[in-house]
Amino acid sequence: MKIRPIYGVVLRQLYLLRGSPVRVFPMVTWVAIDIVLWGFITRYLNSVSASGVNFVPTLLGGVLLWDFSTRIMQGVSTAFLEDVWSRNFLNLFASPLSVTEYITGLVITSVLTGGLGLAVMLVLATGIFHLQFFTVGAPLAAFLLVLFVFGISLGIVASAIVLRLGPASEWLLWPLPALLSPFAAVFYPLAVLPPWMQWVAHALPPSYVFEGMRGLLAGGSFPRAPLIEGAILAAVQLIIAGAVYARVYRRAVRSGLLARYSAEGAA
Amino acid sequence: MVIASAPAALRVVHLRKAYSSKLALDDLSFQVMPGEIVGLLGPNGAGKTTTINMILGLLEPSAGTIHIDEFDLSRQRAQALERTNFAAVYATLPGNLTVAENLMFFGLLYGVQGLRTRIDAMLEEFDLVALRNTRCGLLSSGEQTRAALAKALLNRPRLLLLDEPTASLDPSAAQLIRDKIRTLASTGRCGILWTSHNMHEVESVCDRVLFLSHGKVLLEGDPRTLAGAHGDASLEDLFIRVTRQS
Repeated sequence: MKIRPIYGVVLRQLYLLRGSPVRVFPMVTWVAIDIVLWGFITRYLNSVSASGVNFVPTLLGGVLLWDFSTRIMQGVSTAFLEDVWSRNFLNLFASPLSVTEYITGLVITSVLTGGLGLAVMLVLATGIFHLQFFTVGAPLAAFLLVLFVFGISLGIVASAIVLRLGPASEWLLWPLPALLSPFAAVFYPLAVLPPWMQWVAHALPPSYVFEGMRGLLAGGSFPRAPLIEGAILAAVQLIIAGAVYARVYRRAVRSGLLARYSAEGAA
Repeated sequence: MVIASAPAALRVVHLRKAYSSKLALDDLSFQVMPGEIVGLLGPNGAGKTTTINMILGLLEPSAGTIHIDEFDLSRQRAQALERTNFAAVYATLPGNLTVAENLMFFGLLYGVQGLRTRIDAMLEEFDLVALRNTRCGLLSSGEQTRAALAKALLNRPRLLLLDEPTASLDPSAAQLIRDKIRTLASTGRCGILWTSHNMHEVESVCDRVLFLSHGKVLLEGDPRTLAGAHGDASLEDLFIRVTRQS
């Protein structure tokens, strides 16, 4: 794997942002809206609840972490879609760029764009709603890492879907995080889900993160075992996602789909 | 200036591509020597673009081998493609990047050394200096072709594939492009595979032509003598006759 082609893939995305700063708008707007909306909901719940439970860390913290994972996923898939939209596949894949270098470039791009979204969320959540996010301590880094890896895997699989099914399948990609969110148990304990949903939830690394975070906020100890389980699951899924993309790419080269992709994009 | 003693810029051996019910290429073999311009001719659907896509690694052959500057494309893809480049009317540069940004992007992908200097040289060579900060989507057809050729020559390719490079150009611009390609070939460094439906252009530019039909080479030879050898007045007459017969 060479550094310069990876740098090229990242630089291309930075050029797009520089040439059209309006692209930054969706990176920060949706997460800001989520934080403001959920911030006021939690503030209201705190004012009407007699339980004494502080909803800010559980609900707002959940929103922040889930949005982070979603932004990472969208960072990968949007960077991929830029090549679909500009019909750049022929130029791109006729170059010496390898699939691994390309995917690595997309991942680095998503780190930059996802990091920007995370920074905006942290500023709003801590500044306006007094979310004491960093009091969670060291587990926070582990939570973020698992969600980051999960977001990357989801982004790679989403890109593979578009590569396999054609540019028109782009609409399948956007609702993916929303479809998974009920199973990820972002706002409620896994125990409230029916058994079949719990079974699905156990296959999703975010469910381990949110379950662990709730336990920690309730005064429990560092959720080592579930976090390790979630991390292993996320790592395995990342390997599977990479293999799926590589397989879809090989099939596209064998069948001629890659060569026809631009033409199909016009259809 | 064809360098016959040097290794072939492109060597295609027994290339075959079969889809489930259709044979797109059938046992295609040819080579392009450094300094040589080879025309790939044939009617629509003859297999020209299929051949080019396979040489660019975008399409996997069912059988056969492709060597670029002695590197086996299937096993040494990166090395082979580092020595290749292409320009085609259907593969324009991303319209949302400027000319200079596109050249920087593709220069990094191709691992070009001394990239900034090389970009300046290409902008100069293709009269794009004034357009370096213009988005490619805003360029005229002729300017886009020049930008695509600047990208295609950025990595000093040993093999250059040109798929109808002058199709959207006015006669004057097309003449300039032909002159540049001939000059490039005359250095003896680069072999060029050129597809075109303009037989006059093929006669004036190519050293040799391969006439494809139904995925096979039907005819091969010097474009200036091939028509006479087959009893036709011009290459265009030969093209029309052979296409209708096959």
